[in-house]
Amino acid sequence: METPVTTTAELPIAVNAARLVARPVLAGLGHVGRLGMMTLELFRALPEWRAWLPRTLEQCQNVGYGSLFIVVLTAAFSGAVASLQAGYQFTGSIPVYLLGAVISESIILELGPVMTGLLLAGRIGARYAAELGTMRVTEQVDALESLGRNPASHLLLPRVLAGMVMVPALVVAADATGIFAGWLVARSSIHITNADFVYGTQRFFRSFDLWYSVIKAEAFGIVVTLIPCYVGFEAKEGAEGVGRATTAAVVSSCVLLLLLDMLLAKLLL
Amino acid sequence: MIELRNVHKKFGPHVVLDGVNFSVAAGETVALLGPSGSGKSVLLKHIIGLMRPDSGDVLVEGASVPGLQRKELAALRTKFGYAFQTGALFDSMTVFENIRLGISDDHCYRDLGYCRSRVAECLQLVNLSEDVGRLMPAELSGGMRKRVGIARAIAGSPKYLLYDEPTSGLDPVNADAMDALIEGLQKRLHATSIVVSHDVRGSFKIADRIALLHNGRIRAVGTAEEFMAAKDSVVREFLERDFEFSAPGGR
Repeated sequence: METPVTTTAELPIAVNAARLVARPVLAGLGHVGRLGMMTLELFRALPEWRAWLPRTLEQCQNVGYGSLFIVVLTAAFSGAVASLQAGYQFTGSIPVYLLGAVISESIILELGPVMTGLLLAGRIGARYAAELGTMRVTEQVDALESLGRNPASHLLLPRVLAGMVMVPALVVAADATGIFAGWLVARSSIHITNADFVYGTQRFFRSFDLWYSVIKAEAFGIVVTLIPCYVGFEAKEGAEGVGRATTAAVVSSCVLLLLLDMLLAKLLL
Repeated sequence: MIELRNVHKKFGPHVVLDGVNFSVAAGETVALLGPSGSGKSVLLKHIIGLMRPDSGDVLVEGASVPGLQRKELAALRTKFGYAFQTGALFDSMTVFENIRLGISDDHCYRDLGYCRSRVAECLQLVNLSEDVGRLMPAELSGGMRKRVGIARAIAGSPKYLLYDEPTSGLDPVNADAMDALIEGLQKRLHATSIVVSHDVRGSFKIADRIALLHNGRIRAVGTAEEFMAAKDSVVREFLERDFEFSAPGGR
């Protein structure tokens, strides 16, 4: 006698709805758990400095020197646009020296770190996810492990440390370039004097603002390297899997970066 | 000695290993045969701890591989040389750097002079010239990649050698040359070896014993003569299929 088979379509709506919610939640928790384990592996790999130090220097060159031009270019345009928009919105309604403060503060607190972070999530995040994803699907990671080498010290830690060192440096460069470009544009378009711009900037500047920018940059540096490393390491199923991992790495690190931006503003300001 | 005791492994609903019992004695060369997708590579990865069994045990020199701590496992792996099916060469490094990474002793690894001579020696053992060391993996042919993969696997003078499909994707002439190379290496290195393959003729030439993996279990184990004389229908079918194609005048 045949036993009756119940298909998912015949299950009560409440059960199907619960399954629909539970699956992504469980998958998300699984990712959090595995990301946590990977982070733990990074800490455990710290004593293996002979493996990670030379590779970190290589990655620093890739992240820092390789990204400097595009970061500075983006910061210059951001500063210029911030200056033009501030002039358009506030000229005539507030004292002109305040524009110096608006431009410099908006760049230091928000535009510099966030624009640089998003840019690097695309440039570095995509690269790391694709590199590590390809290594995973072509068994290069297995090969490294089979040689008794630790992938955390050889592949992951150098990339994350490079992000932690170089992203704050890039953000400081972006801040300086953005303010400089903002000042140049303000002089020519809003006709603000140097004295007014400097006065406004100094009047509202607190040294904590710079620290805040660097703290954000440090957090973003971890996000734009750690997440792509994790996603790349989890890649499966050949070239298509690497493509999916690359997209997922960029999207997830951008979203996490924006969430972190809001969280840090709430906590630190 | 390598021993697998009642090893089970499944991926989702797909059962790959369904109670594998298998052992390889010290200094022995065993060819592990089986159709594509039968779990031969999965079995190799269990031996070196790249995969953990769902149940059962994998023993190497009496130590349970799934139960080893991270550092113990890394130390055990330095006793192994693993030649991957596609070579699995690190494509951002030169051939020299790839083979150098196979030198498991950290002190030797840091000695550039030793590394140069060891890499040249390993390249010579796999019948490649020293100049190949300067090339990137992308510049190599499929057969050369496999040879470099073997050179990397032997660079650390391993006690155990695992070959994953060393002749797959090679033309018959190069496949024979690869078999001769493995046979030669066995004579020189005296390592305990497992050669995963679906090439019956080649396996008969290089192995002391043959094992057939079928439906997740070891269906038959024995010497080439015992294997040829086996009455088991699955063994017969596997042998006949291969010899039918390789015999003169065969279709």
